[in-house]
Amino acid sequence: MENIPADNSGQIDRRMALKWIGAAAAAAAVFPHASAQDKLPRPAATPTGQRIGTDPVLNKNYVPGDLWPLTLTPKQRKAAASLTDLIMPPDNPGDKLPSQLGVQEFIDEWISSPYDETSKDRPVITEGLDWLDAEAQRRFQKDFADLAEAQKCAIADDICGKTPVKKEFKSAQNFFGRFRYLAASGYYTTPQGWKDVGYVGNVPTVNFDGPTPEALKHLGLA
Amino acid sequence: MAIITEKDLQATYDVIVVGSGAGGGQSAYTLTMNGVKVLMLEAGRNYDPVTETPMFQSRADAPLRAMSTKEKPFGFHDATVDGGWEVPGEPYTQASTDPKQRFDWWRSRMLGGRTNHWGRISLRNGPYDFKPYSRDGLGFDWPLSYDDVAPYYDKVEMLVGVYGSNEGLENTPDSPNGTLLPAPKARAGELYVKKHVAKFGIPVIPIHRAILSTRQDHVNFPARLHPNNPKAQKIIAKAMQERAACFWATDCGRGCSIKANYQSTTVHLPPAHATGNLDILCNAHAREVTVGTDGKANGVIYIDKVTGQERAVKGRAVILAASSGETARILLNSKSNRFPNGLANGSGLVGKYIMDTVGAGLGGSVPAFENLPVHNEEGAGTHVYIPWWLYKDASKLGFARGYHIEFGTGRRMPGLGTGGASPGYGKSYKEEVRQKYGAGIGFSGRGEMIPNENSFCELDPTVKDKWGIPVLRFHWKWSEHETKQAAHMEATFAMMIDAIGGKARNPQADGSKAIDTGGRIIHEVGGAIMGADAKKSVTNQWNQCWEVPNVLLNDGSAFCSNADKNPTLTIMALAWRATDHLIEEMRKGNL
Repeated sequence: MENIPADNSGQIDRRMALKWIGAAAAAAAVFPHASAQDKLPRPAATPTGQRIGTDPVLNKNYVPGDLWPLTLTPKQRKAAASLTDLIMPPDNPGDKLPSQLGVQEFIDEWISSPYDETSKDRPVITEGLDWLDAEAQRRFQKDFADLAEAQKCAIADDICGKTPVKKEFKSAQNFFGRFRYLAASGYYTTPQGWKDVGYVGNVPTVNFDGPTPEALKHLGLA
Repeated sequence: MAIITEKDLQATYDVIVVGSGAGGGQSAYTLTMNGVKVLMLEAGRNYDPVTETPMFQSRADAPLRAMSTKEKPFGFHDATVDGGWEVPGEPYTQASTDPKQRFDWWRSRMLGGRTNHWGRISLRNGPYDFKPYSRDGLGFDWPLSYDDVAPYYDKVEMLVGVYGSNEGLENTPDSPNGTLLPAPKARAGELYVKKHVAKFGIPVIPIHRAILSTRQDHVNFPARLHPNNPKAQKIIAKAMQERAACFWATDCGRGCSIKANYQSTTVHLPPAHATGNLDILCNAHAREVTVGTDGKANGVIYIDKVTGQERAVKGRAVILAASSGETARILLNSKSNRFPNGLANGSGLVGKYIMDTVGAGLGGSVPAFENLPVHNEEGAGTHVYIPWWLYKDASKLGFARGYHIEFGTGRRMPGLGTGGASPGYGKSYKEEVRQKYGAGIGFSGRGEMIPNENSFCELDPTVKDKWGIPVLRFHWKWSEHETKQAAHMEATFAMMIDAIGGKARNPQADGSKAIDTGGRIIHEVGGAIMGADAKKSVTNQWNQCWEVPNVLLNDGSAFCSNADKNPTLTIMALAWRATDHLIEEMRKGNL
């Protein structure tokens, strides 16, 4: 059995260290199509090995950065914020932008955390955000966040997968898919995201009323 | 809670109860309500759902949106602390490297044990379930019948509070009138399934779960629970009034600060404490049961996990309810000149015949559910289920026994992956996310496993835990009865998804691939089976070890079959029944 060290705060256990080394090695292969000059220096991977632990305080609200240091550079964070807002623009008056709800910080928390399921996204997201800015510079001579909406869409349309993606954008498409998965997970788990998607639970009520007449009618059950 | 430290330990107790979950909680409750002095040993820390439960936190309030991790396998907000498939410093081993012969052992090192996290599905075993060998020649008959256990099912249902209905179906027992709490309404998707699978003869009925859909009848229940015991009646009436009814929000698996669901920590232990007869020592990991020169148990040796030191406590009787695997481990580690192969193991059957539940699942998307008018579908988790419906077809199925089906539909609290599968971006992307959200269904089969010679645990010859205690090594093998049953589940799920116009995701025709790994359903029972013959079983029908009558096994370890019905309700009913018998024997001076 693999066992989690009983007290691992502040130090990386050997198994995790090996995983991180592996992840760093894999990172080089994430964007094989990006030319050398497109590659900006990556942030140093400095995970502390801090994990959630088997006995965290449960009834406390956590924010990204509480448990382990975050990864994204200010430039990457700006690109991430801009992309979350492009993927999930507000539909209702008064709704906040996903970036105002901190969705990019959740993505940063995710890629900075020392779990198998999350750490494999670290090179995908950091290199992808670097590629996004490099691509924006190449096409429009500005960083992605500073582009006009139509310019952002021009890049996103090429990599979002709705239409066939060209060979040179395959890595960017992979990045976009993972980024969208994380951005959506981050957004729809917020109270605004709940409302947006049609989730109206988590509210105490005296009775459970069951389906509404409209819902029953919709299913041919009324 | 009557939490004590070592310095407050009494010199001796009437009964030492090892474990604080369903079996230990029920045992301590029954004993203390009858004036018996009890010490409860719990291997984990003290835990109080009233102050610790994250009742309304959104997943955005948790690290990583409450992702499942090795440390918190059911997600961050799940009630389990210091528990899971792996517990730091407390390994177990596998006899085989074959993934199909794995047994994954869930443990919960906290006060209340596994009752803090469970589905709260509380189905009675039926008459057939206690006599399976007589019906098909496989496995073992229990040395008791449904009628022996029924009065205790009644009492447990009243005590813990169970919602559900009486449907009069075969081998799916009804409860006496006034015992169950009202079943919550079915959700839209559940009604839709019910309508469209009726043509297959598949019934969709209210499930039974240990959740207060209304407050308990604190006026009439106490006298039915404790006739001729005014003190007990008064205590339980007060405890019932301290529990609120469910307010249909937040996931039961997080625990319940208003005590609307059953956890040992909110239902069994507070009234037991109120009697003044219960001491609870946490962080006390039982290692072995000690035996006197008379051959009877006289106490327990435990590790104080805070100091790492070994300690001993004395008692006139010992109840093991440490989870069936841990109970088998304690017995096997209780070696003495008189019991060289472990306590109560003259039959050689301690550790043998461990069982889990057969589990398989299938999900699908259901276009009919798209754009369902928005309303609150939260409720209290599972409201309805499909009981086993093919008793009459037993000879045609190619496998013995059967399964029930649990399923989920509707818009539940969004989590990781919500919206992750839709293509594109922007307004059209969000529109599709809205359209698809909640338009899915997931079916899970939960079926009976027949005990077999290849599924057992033993002490690993070399590996020890961080306290130096030998650990369990598991052997596991499903028989064709289980794998064929899993294949039948998959085919049934696919048929039902098709019947509601949905599209199933990858139904698995090969049952040996569809079936969940042993232990994954966390219904581990057996390992010290009961029987009518001392040579062929470890305990009698009173959970009493044949060779050491003042040791009772009040968790699932004494189960000699594992019906499709989830085991917890039966563990509690049998623990109450066995403990009543123990009290009687102690009063008579027989122990």
